[in-house]
Amino acid sequence: MSDAPVTSVPLSTDEPTRSGTGGPTGSTEDTIGTPPSPERTRKTVVRPGDRIFGSLATGSAVLISVIIGAIAVFLVWRAVPALERNQVNFLTSREWITQDVADMAFGVLDLFQVTVLVSLFALALAMPVALGIAIFLTMYCPDRVRKPLAYVIDLLAAVPSIVYGLWGMLVLAPFLRPVAEWLNTNLGWFPLFATGSGSIMGGGTIFTAGIVLAVMILPTIAAVSREVFVQTPVSHVEAALALGATRWEVVRTAVIPFGKSGYISGSMLGLGRALGETMALYLILRTTSQPFSWSLFDGGATIASKIALGYAEFNNDIQAGAYIAAGLVLFVLTFVVNAAARMIVAGKKD
Amino acid sequence: MNLERKVALLGAVAAGALTLAACGTDDNSGSVDVDASASAATCDGKANLSSAGSSAQKNAMDQFVSTYIAVCNQKGANVNVAYNPTGSGDGRTQFAAKQIDFAGSDSAITGEQAAQAAERCAGNPAWNLPLVFGPVALAYNIDGVDDLVLDAETTAKIFNGSITKWNDPAIAALNEGIELPDAGITPIVRSDSSGTTDNFQQYLETASNGAWTSGAGSDFTGGVGEGAKGSAGVAQAVAGSPNSITYVEKSFADQNGLSVARIDNGSGPVELTEETAGKAIEGAEFVPASEGDLTLDLSSIFGSSEEGAYPLVLATYEIVCSAGYDADTAAAVKSFLISAATEGQDGLAEQGYVPLPETFKTRLTESIDAITAE
Repeated sequence: MSDAPVTSVPLSTDEPTRSGTGGPTGSTEDTIGTPPSPERTRKTVVRPGDRIFGSLATGSAVLISVIIGAIAVFLVWRAVPALERNQVNFLTSREWITQDVADMAFGVLDLFQVTVLVSLFALALAMPVALGIAIFLTMYCPDRVRKPLAYVIDLLAAVPSIVYGLWGMLVLAPFLRPVAEWLNTNLGWFPLFATGSGSIMGGGTIFTAGIVLAVMILPTIAAVSREVFVQTPVSHVEAALALGATRWEVVRTAVIPFGKSGYISGSMLGLGRALGETMALYLILRTTSQPFSWSLFDGGATIASKIALGYAEFNNDIQAGAYIAAGLVLFVLTFVVNAAARMIVAGKKD
Repeated sequence: MNLERKVALLGAVAAGALTLAACGTDDNSGSVDVDASASAATCDGKANLSSAGSSAQKNAMDQFVSTYIAVCNQKGANVNVAYNPTGSGDGRTQFAAKQIDFAGSDSAITGEQAAQAAERCAGNPAWNLPLVFGPVALAYNIDGVDDLVLDAETTAKIFNGSITKWNDPAIAALNEGIELPDAGITPIVRSDSSGTTDNFQQYLETASNGAWTSGAGSDFTGGVGEGAKGSAGVAQAVAGSPNSITYVEKSFADQNGLSVARIDNGSGPVELTEETAGKAIEGAEFVPASEGDLTLDLSSIFGSSEEGAYPLVLATYEIVCSAGYDADTAAAVKSFLISAATEGQDGLAEQGYVPLPETFKTRLTESIDAITAE
């Protein structure tokens, strides 16, 4: 992945006057890979195109940073008036009473925990499958079906989430009922499969929601992983084959070590999508008045779906502020997840 | 993949998309059979009105709009009203922000919001005009039981968890001779904030003799049960879970084939029909406020113990400016509301609503006529 600059340095120093695209001096192209030499940098010609492109690129980067910053400021600005009126601890309370602005009590704990559990469950289901898809597409798949299959998987990402929601609620939930019942009766001693606050008959549980979510994030993880696995240097693969490795051993010794960081960052992208997913969970998950118990058969609402559930009846800015405060927590959570993914990827490169 | 194949694939996708698009005809104008000559609608003013709010009145609004379009077509005017069912709170907010011409809402505009609305109406008060009434059914799913009687007190106790079994003595006392199962009750409630929940809880607060203590509001406060999304969601949830009960607009209960409980309002069990719900509305009283405003005193409906009156009725308002519209908008709003209050009411029962009783209609048209431009 990162060996391009290493090879380009000797090339450009060998042929200092090589002019690629017909520029009269050719010096602009050459400065890229060359170690800094005072005479060369002084002569660098800057054309309008450079300036325009440079400022467009810088502008885009600045714009996105400003937008993110503005979102953060907006969230804090709108959340503070509600938080000031909150009579319970926002981070540790399970209540959600926002109707009367003079008597508000709302906490994000349940929402946060449901969001985390449903997303991690989806990730745990999607990661191995996505890895299998990516490896199949790069190593095992006959050439003829590779492209169509990759298309079909990418197509999964194009299905609107409301369709996933309806499918999950109307088709998948009844279909999963026997599976859920079996897990609950036979593995109920395990906390994740213990009887929770959602009814297994109804199917509006984290279990159903997590499976739908797994299907939704699968294409993201599979696509990113495939792109990275495809770039495994042929020399690595051939070296492994030369040592007598079977195809599985090639995958294990060459492809996976090379693509691990890409796989992980793809998974984190998927997790990011899962954390913020609204519409599908809004339709599938049944809410409950009981506290969350870390069971897959609990009901509840995620932070995003709670905001969607409340949106239609906001009466004033302060009530909306309570929901925005929850949104702020989601914003921070997503930020932390992405930062962690960056750190993992950066750590793996060395 | 060569070019030819790509083109073929594209063609196939396009053909598929067209086929799907063809299924999606959603033409709600025309084809309405009304006699425009009897209509008092003037079809004056601006051609396109915009409105948003309560999703509970969406189907009624669709009918009002298609009737209005048909009437005005016959009178040679081309009009439209865009109603966006984004929720009552959102409708009121948009109205106060002057983004729409009038709002549909499950509860009257009051307090701080009314002040904001008055500002929007150039200093004139906003009026709450009750135009759409929808009876709310107590829909249940118990194997072998298709006739159940409940009263407000037992309903309140079911929905706050003090009664947990179907064969509880309190329920049995209301249903002599009916064998109720020894099974736990699963109350299903709305997970989204909604005016239906608000009205249901206000009903329980008014009529349950103090059994309902957790207050009203558009979020369910009873502390038990499972929440499903929207009226369609709760009706589906009840259809899919034995021994469950919910409160839902009658049309959704009917669509899902659910049994509906009769409500004992103190003078005997009342079945939910167009007539019984209409009777409760006829007895409605108004909050004495400014002239023209028709905010309902809901306790007069919910607390009704008149024989044969079904008390659990969701009243939804249109929120308009009493004055302060520009002339074009005022004319169009009046024309549309008049049409909705008169010929728009025909066939409303089939949509699961209660048509306005005659006495009520008179009162309403007086208020609509009193809307002025300024």
